[in-house]
Amino acid sequence: MAGTAVLGRLTWLPVEAVEVVPETPRVKTLRLDVPDWPGHLPGQHVDVRLTAEDGYQAQRSYSIASPPGAAQLELTVELIEDGEVSPYLADELQPGDRFELRGPVGGYFVWEPSRGGPLLLAAGGSGVVPFRAMLRHLVHQGGSVPATLLVSARSWDDVIYREELERLDGENIRIVHTLTREQPEGWAGYARRVDAEMLAEVGPAAADRPHIYVCGPTPFVEAVASAFVELGHEPGRIRTERFGPTGG
Amino acid sequence: MTPIISRGFRGRRRDDGPPDRVPPGQYVTDDFPVLSAGPTPHTPLEEWDFTIVGEVDELHRWTWDELRALPSEEVTVDIHCVTKWSKLDTTWQGVRVDTLLDGVETSAEYVVAFCDGGYTTNLPLEDVLDGKAWVAYSYDGEPLDPEHGGPARLLVPHLYFWKSAKWVRGLRLAATDEPGFWEQNGYHLYGDPWREQRYWGD
Amino acid sequence: MRLDGNAAAGILRQIFAVEMTEAIGTCAGCGKAEAVGAVVVYDRAPGTVLRCPHCETVLAKLATDGERVWIDLRGVRTLELRV
Repeated sequence: MAGTAVLGRLTWLPVEAVEVVPETPRVKTLRLDVPDWPGHLPGQHVDVRLTAEDGYQAQRSYSIASPPGAAQLELTVELIEDGEVSPYLADELQPGDRFELRGPVGGYFVWEPSRGGPLLLAAGGSGVVPFRAMLRHLVHQGGSVPATLLVSARSWDDVIYREELERLDGENIRIVHTLTREQPEGWAGYARRVDAEMLAEVGPAAADRPHIYVCGPTPFVEAVASAFVELGHEPGRIRTERFGPTGG
Repeated sequence: MTPIISRGFRGRRRDDGPPDRVPPGQYVTDDFPVLSAGPTPHTPLEEWDFTIVGEVDELHRWTWDELRALPSEEVTVDIHCVTKWSKLDTTWQGVRVDTLLDGVETSAEYVVAFCDGGYTTNLPLEDVLDGKAWVAYSYDGEPLDPEHGGPARLLVPHLYFWKSAKWVRGLRLAATDEPGFWEQNGYHLYGDPWREQRYWGD
Repeated sequence: MRLDGNAAAGILRQIFAVEMTEAIGTCAGCGKAEAVGAVVVYDRAPGTVLRCPHCETVLAKLATDGERVWIDLRGVRTLELRV
């Protein structure tokens, strides 16, 4: 229920890992058991807290990868080389391990079908995570809102949720890829960083007044948000979520 | 509620360090984390100056070239951040605040350091005298990086590092202790790491 | 690190006990209004600083020792929330 998701005093909730699913060589999806999970809206995130035996703590935010109503809460974590929390979550964590999280938080970066469309999503790398929650929710609701997801990744092997995205691509949902560093044999798609020309080709156009969400590393978000503004999209309809330089 | 300990989580490579050099609650790091309350300022050196204002006989001012012409020294000090990391044996080059305050007549007992970008921090005057503080423009043999406070920052290693104000542009001498940017909002007025004075009331 | 207002969602929820990122704040510096989610966040500053995306005025400062939270909202002329 929307009301339950946005109200209520926040506390650190105990979490137990149920399953760790590899997505790409550096990315894993964690399936988690969170007793008393109050529910969430697509696009929200959680703050994860890890405590070491000597009391040392580290905290990071992760977008929720699962749609509302999923049996388990899912987070997708990219291993950042000199990160502090992601090496634990994406490399060490085993089923049965426990940590804490706080949430769901973030009402600003939420999209639900009731908000209408068209929906235009631009993801840089692991920025695709909150969009998976949004699109899965759209499909579960049986919605027909037209949605376009542009995913930028270094290579085909780095595309997170690759098979799932192929299944989602269909009637009202369109998935477009750009592979910026290397492309497979015979690749006919985009092979460069997202720019205004690409966005204009992918659409929808500014005249359609799409709801735009941009998520990923800070340089990606800034370049893409600027490009959208350049194309005439209303700044007020562009919502951004920067992960910071590493997010890790 | 006691936090849940996560099996196998260690965090960044850190250790407690020699106790006589590492204040309580701190761990030693090899990194130099960048903490910032706002965008990095970029004042061109031809426009930069350092001033002593406030409870003084007259305004004292140095251009960048004038500051660099003052006697300076290289110092190796330990620094302690309120976010719990400490970095040992950091090397800086700078002008002692004593040199800048030499000849300045004042009855003030406190200073407020003010900076490009609007950051401020307060200190007792005696805590920036007698070789306890510098206006530093080099770190580890190189010109101070903008993200670490370049062209020049205040360096006051005996207090938590939020007092070593980045992008410092001057000192205002004051009769009373005027809380600065963070001291107004929960951070300790004095900030002695050896007494763990991180927040109000500590 | 420079982030979006959404990055402060957790600490703001702890303070206000309601989701704050869709609240609209009017900047005391330039008078422009934005959703909290759209402002600029600097975290680990050592505290958290929210700045106006138009004029960079400090909208809010947040600090916590784990038990107490301090918040300075002087940079927000008005805060509009849906109830």
